[in-house]
Amino acid sequence: MANEDELRLRERLSKLGAMKLLRGTKLSGELARLQDQLDHLQADPSAEEIWQSVELARHADRPYTLDYVERIFEDFFELHGDRGRADDLALVTGLGKLGGGRTVVLVGHQKGRDLKERTKRNFGMAYPEGYRKAMRAMALAERHGFPLVTFVDTPGAYPGVAAEQHGQGGAIARSQAAMVRLRVPTVACVIGEGGSGGAVAIALADRVLMQENAIYSVISPEGCAAILWRDAGEARKAAAAFKPDAAHCLELGVIDGIVAEPEGGAHADADAAAQLLEQGILAAFEEIDSMDPSDRRRERRAKYRVMGVLASV
Amino acid sequence: MSSGQGRVDVEVESKRAEEPTPGQAHPNTCPGCGSHYRDDELEQTLRVCPQCGHHFRVRARDRIDQLADAGSFSEEDIELRSADPLAFFDLRPYTERLAEAEIDTGLGDAIVCGSAQIEEGDCQLAVMDFAFMGGSMGSVVGEKFVRACERASTAGTPLVSVSASGGARMQEGILALMQLPKTICAIDELHESGGAMISVLTHPTTGGVLASFASLGDVVVAEPGALMSFAGPRVVAQTTREKLPDDFGLAESNYRYGHLDGIVPRGELRPTLGRLLRLFAR
Repeated sequence: MANEDELRLRERLSKLGAMKLLRGTKLSGELARLQDQLDHLQADPSAEEIWQSVELARHADRPYTLDYVERIFEDFFELHGDRGRADDLALVTGLGKLGGGRTVVLVGHQKGRDLKERTKRNFGMAYPEGYRKAMRAMALAERHGFPLVTFVDTPGAYPGVAAEQHGQGGAIARSQAAMVRLRVPTVACVIGEGGSGGAVAIALADRVLMQENAIYSVISPEGCAAILWRDAGEARKAAAAFKPDAAHCLELGVIDGIVAEPEGGAHADADAAAQLLEQGILAAFEEIDSMDPSDRRRERRAKYRVMGVLASV
Repeated sequence: MSSGQGRVDVEVESKRAEEPTPGQAHPNTCPGCGSHYRDDELEQTLRVCPQCGHHFRVRARDRIDQLADAGSFSEEDIELRSADPLAFFDLRPYTERLAEAEIDTGLGDAIVCGSAQIEEGDCQLAVMDFAFMGGSMGSVVGEKFVRACERASTAGTPLVSVSASGGARMQEGILALMQLPKTICAIDELHESGGAMISVLTHPTTGGVLASFASLGDVVVAEPGALMSFAGPRVVAQTTREKLPDDFGLAESNYRYGHLDGIVPRGELRPTLGRLLRLFAR
C-alpha cells in the first residue's frame, strides 16, 4: 500500500517537474520558492491542507477576474450584454492585448469586493444571460481568429426562479458545446472557486490551468455535506472526501497544469500573482498555438474522451 | 421491487413487511389523485395513472420494452462498473452504495445502452434509471453515453437518449463534473459526422445531466409533469427565499419558456420517436 502511494506521488512529481508552467517563470528568486512548492506537493495534501485551499480560494481579498485583467491585458475593452435580454455582471467579457502583442477574447466570472459590488455582481453567480454573453464573446473570437482566455471563479450558476425560466441548464450545456467547436486556441484558468456546472460552462478548453490555491469541484463542500452528511456544518469532511484542490485535480487528469501563487496565496501579492498567471497562460498558448485548427478541436475532444475512472466485471 | 403480486387493497399492503415510511406514499399510490393500483394495472397503462394522467417513474428496462420493437434491443457495455477513484466515504463507503444499488436494481450503473429499432427505425438507445443512485452521472454513465454516440456515428443512425437523473454523482467528485464536457464532446463528434440526437427528458432530469447532453438534442421533448431544472426546487427556495411558482421547473413551464420542442405523453412517445427517426433517416 505504502509502495503504491509512493509510486503515485513520484509519478505526480515527475509530471509537475516536466511542466513548463512551473519551470518557465523568470522572476528572480522564484525558482527556489517553486522548488519548495514542488516539495510541498510531493506529499499528498491532507484534509487540513485541502480545507486551507477552500479558504484561500474564497479569501475576501483574493484577486478577481478584473484585478488580473488590469494587470495582464493592455487596451482592455469590455463587451456588455447578451444581445437578447440583459447584461449579466457576474460574468465579464472583453477584448484585450496579451503578452504585449496579440488580441485575445476574455471571459471570466466576476465577484464583488464590498456588499454593494457583491450584490451588483450577484456573488459571481451568473444567470443564463451571463453564459449567453460568454457565447457571444466566443463567437466573436472565432470570427476574428482571436484566442480565448477564460477565468473561472464562481460558487456556481445562480439557482433562482428566473434563472431556471431563462434556461440555466441549457445555457450551461450550450456554452460548453460552443467551446468544443472553437477553432481558435483556448486556455481556461480556475482562479478561485470552480463551482460545478457554472464553472465548467466556461472551462472546456485546450489547456485548463488552476492556481495553486484554487478549488474545482462538482458541488460546494457545504452542499455536499448537507446532502450526504445531512449537515452543512460537515463541510470540512466533505471537502476532504471529494478533494477539490489543485494537486488532486492534476493527479486525476482533470487539469493540465498548476499556476504557482506568491507566498501566502494570491491575495498576499496581487501583482506577483498576476505575473505568474500571465506566464502560465502564455506558456499554455505556446503549446497549442501552432496546431492545425481542426487537429486542435479533435485533440480537445480526445482529452475529455478519457476523463473518468472505470472498472469492469 | 415488484412485490405486489396478489395485492388486494391498500389496507393489506400497509400491513406488509415493507411498510412505507410515514409521510412517504406507496410507490403505486398516485401522488396526483391518490388512486392506488396493482403493478399489473400500471404496466397496462405504461405506468400512467388512468384517473389523472400522472406519469409514474419507469425503470430503464421497462422503458426499453415500451419503446423498442420487440426483440430488437441489443445491450452493449454490460461489463462496465464504477470504480472508486477518490476512495470516497461519507456516512457509508461509495463501494457499499454501489453494491447495494446493483443488488436492488439489477443494473451495473444508472444507464442502459444498446442498439434498437423503434417502429423499424434503427437507432442507438441510451436510457437512464433513477433507481440506481438517483440516476446520478459518474464515469460509467458518461462513458456508456459516449460509446453510444460513437456507435451512432459509425452506424449512421440517430441516438435516442431518455434521461432521468438527479445530476452528477458527488461520490466521484470532479471526475463526475468532467462527464459534462465529456458527453458534450461526444455529441459534437456525432453532429460532425452528420448524426442526430433526440433527447427525451423524464422526471426528474436535473443538475449536471440537464446541463450537458440532455439539453443538446437536435430535438428535445419531455414527458408531462417532468421536473427539469438545473437547481432543484428545495435548493432554489433555500438559497433565494423566493416563493416558487406551482409549476417551477416542470416540463410545462419549460415548454412555455421555449426550452422544449414538445411535451409528449408516454402513450405517444413510441410513435413520436418513430416519426422523428424517419425524419432523420439518412
